[in-house]
Amino acid sequence: MTQYIIKRLLLLPLLLFIFSIFAFFVIQAPPGDFVTSYIAELAASGSSMDQAQIDALRAMYGLDRPMYIQYLKWVGRIIRGDLGVSLDWQRPNLELISERLMLTVALGLLTFCFTWAVAIPIGIYSATHQYSFFDYFFTVFNYFGVATPTFMTALVLMWLAFQYFGVSVTGLFSPQYVDAPWTWGRVVDLLRHLWLPAVILGLDGTARLARIMRANLLDELNKPYVEMARAKGMSEWKLVLKYPVRLAINPLISTIGWYLPLIFSGSVIVATVLNLPTIGPMLLRALTNQDMFLAGAIVLIYCGLAVIGTLISDILLAWLDPRIRMEES
Amino acid sequence: MSSEQRPILSVRDLKTYFFLDEGTVKAVDGVSFDVYPGQVVGIVGESGCGKSVTVRSVLRIVEKPGRIVAGEIFFRPRKGNGRLLEGSQDGYVDLARLDAQGREMRAIRGAEIALIPQEPMAAFSPVHTIGDQIMETILLHQAVNEEEARRLGIERLREVGIPNPEQRMEAYSWELSGGLRQRAMIAMALSCHPTLLIADEPTTAIDVTTQAQVLNLLRSLQQQHNMSIIFITHDLGVIAQIAEYVLVMYLGRLMETGPVVDIFHHPLHPYTRALLKSIPSVYTRSRTFLPTIEGSIPHPFNRPPGCPFHPRCSQFTAGICDQKTPLLQPVNEQQSVSCFLYHRRAEED
Repeated sequence: MTQYIIKRLLLLPLLLFIFSIFAFFVIQAPPGDFVTSYIAELAASGSSMDQAQIDALRAMYGLDRPMYIQYLKWVGRIIRGDLGVSLDWQRPNLELISERLMLTVALGLLTFCFTWAVAIPIGIYSATHQYSFFDYFFTVFNYFGVATPTFMTALVLMWLAFQYFGVSVTGLFSPQYVDAPWTWGRVVDLLRHLWLPAVILGLDGTARLARIMRANLLDELNKPYVEMARAKGMSEWKLVLKYPVRLAINPLISTIGWYLPLIFSGSVIVATVLNLPTIGPMLLRALTNQDMFLAGAIVLIYCGLAVIGTLISDILLAWLDPRIRMEES
Repeated sequence: MSSEQRPILSVRDLKTYFFLDEGTVKAVDGVSFDVYPGQVVGIVGESGCGKSVTVRSVLRIVEKPGRIVAGEIFFRPRKGNGRLLEGSQDGYVDLARLDAQGREMRAIRGAEIALIPQEPMAAFSPVHTIGDQIMETILLHQAVNEEEARRLGIERLREVGIPNPEQRMEAYSWELSGGLRQRAMIAMALSCHPTLLIADEPTTAIDVTTQAQVLNLLRSLQQQHNMSIIFITHDLGVIAQIAEYVLVMYLGRLMETGPVVDIFHHPLHPYTRALLKSIPSVYTRSRTFLPTIEGSIPHPFNRPPGCPFHPRCSQFTAGICDQKTPLLQPVNEQQSVSCFLYHRRAEED
C-alpha cells in the first residue's frame, strides 16, 4: 500500500512538468497577446498608442522574448511560489485567486455532496425496483438532467425565482453583505444563496451518476454472491447495501478525483450566468483579455488538481478494493 | 411413527413458473418428493430441467419473474425454533406459504437449510474476507458475540480441512485455490449446523481429483452431523458415489425416483435408461461412438403435449404418449415412474 502511494507520488513532478508546458502553450495559442487586446480596448474607447509605447509595454512584460524563454521564466517564478502579476488587474495572481478560493471550494463541495447524496440513493432504488413506476420516473428525470445544459437550467430557475417569488438569485450575497466583513449574518446569507447554484451545478452530475449507479448495480444484483447472501438468511436491504452496492460504487470512486478540478472551476458558464464570485468567470475574463499569467496560473492549478484528484482516487480505490491492493504489491 | 421415520422435507406437487413477456416457462411443473433425516437425495437431469429451480423454491430464493404458483413445501424445523411452529399440529411448516423475505423464512435459510452453490469463486464477495462472510452467517443465526463467532468460524474452517484456518479467515476468496474455496464455502454453509444441506452442482467447477476430495468431505460431514443432503448434479457418476435415493428430472417433472441401486441396476423409465447408456464405460470397445439421446431438449416455451419426453423416446406410443401426461406412480416396492409403459394414470386436464 505504502509502496503503491510512493510510486504514484514519484510520478507527480513529471506530470506537473508536462502539464505546465501544456498550460503555457494553450494560453499562448490564440493569436496576439495581452498588449494586442489592450490596444484594441484603447481603440474602442477612442484613444491610441504609438509604436514606441507599444514596444516599451511588450518589453516591460517580457512579451518580446522568444517563447521558450518566456516559458522558462514563468516556470522559474512558479517554482519559487510566485504566480506572477495579472496584466489585466495589475495585482498579484495569488491574491486574486485566493480571494475567490473559499467561495469556490464551498460551492464545489456543496455541489459534490448534493450530487452523491441524491444520485446514489436514486440509483439504488431504481436498480432494486427495476421497471417500477419510480424507476421510470427517475429514468425520465435523468434523461432531462443529462440533456439540459446547466446554464439553461440556471436561466430558467432565475426567471422562475424572479417572476414568482421576486427573488434575485444571482450572486452569492444579498446586496447589503457583498462587501461587508465576515459576520454570522453574512455566513447565513451565503448559505441561503449557495444552495441554489449548488443544485443547478449538481443536477447534470446527479443525473449522470444516478444512471451509472443504476446500471452498475443491476449488473451486480444478478451475481451469485447476492444469491448466496440471500441463502444465508440476510434481510434484503442489508445484503443489498453490504454486497452489490459496495461493488457497484467501486468504479465510481475513481471518478471522485475528477471532481477536484471541477470544485475549483465550478462551471464557467453557469457561474458567469449566475454572476458568482468564483474562479470560473475569472478564468473566462483572463482568457478573453489574454491576461496570460493569470490564465496560465489558473489552468496550471486545474491541471495540478486533476493530478492530485486522480491520486486521491487511486488511493481510495486501493483502500476499498483488496484486489487492486494485491495487484500492486 | 418415530420422528426419525418422518421426512424432514416433504415437497408436494410443487409448481414454479417464470412469467416472461414471451410466455410462461413452467420450470418446475408438479414435483413431489420426500427427504428423510440423514438421507442423501440426488437430483439428476440435463441443464434446464428445473433441478436448481426446485431447490431454490425450497429455499424461497427464486429470482423474479419466477414464483411458486402451487404446491406445498413441508419442512420440519428444529424443536428450538418454536415460534415457527405456532399453529402447526404435526411439527411441519409449509415454506411455500411463508413470506420469502420475512423473518420466519430468514430464520430457516442459512440456519436450518443451507446452500452450497456451484461456483464458489462467484459466490464469495471479492471485496470481503472469507472470515467476514462466515462470521456474518454465524452472527445472523446464533446469539454469540463477534469474538465467539470468529472462534466458531475458525473451528468450521478447520473441520473442512483448511490448513492455517486463523490466517484463512483474513484471506479473500480469490487468494485460495479452487478446492480450498469450495471447502470454505462448505464451512460457511455448515456454520450454523443445518439439518438440510442443498448442494447445487458443488463439484462442477473443480477438477476431478479435487472433486473426489470434496465429495468425501461432504459424505463424512453428513455422517458426523446426521444431515440430510439434496445433491444436484448432471453427473451420474457423482450420484452413484454420494446419493442413496435418486430423482430423475426432465423438463420440470420427475420421470423416475428410487434408491440409487435400483435406478442404476434396473432403470425403468426410457429416459433414465437413455441417460445411463450415455455414460462411457471401461468395458465398451474403444473407438465406438458413445450413445446419446436422440434430439434435444425442447424450447421451454414450446413444450410438447403429453409426456414431455415423448418426442425423444424410443418406446413412444402414438395416440397415448402425445395426448396425456403420465403421473409419477409407484410400480414396485422401491421405484416410482411416470411412464405409460408401466401404468395408465394420467394427469386429468
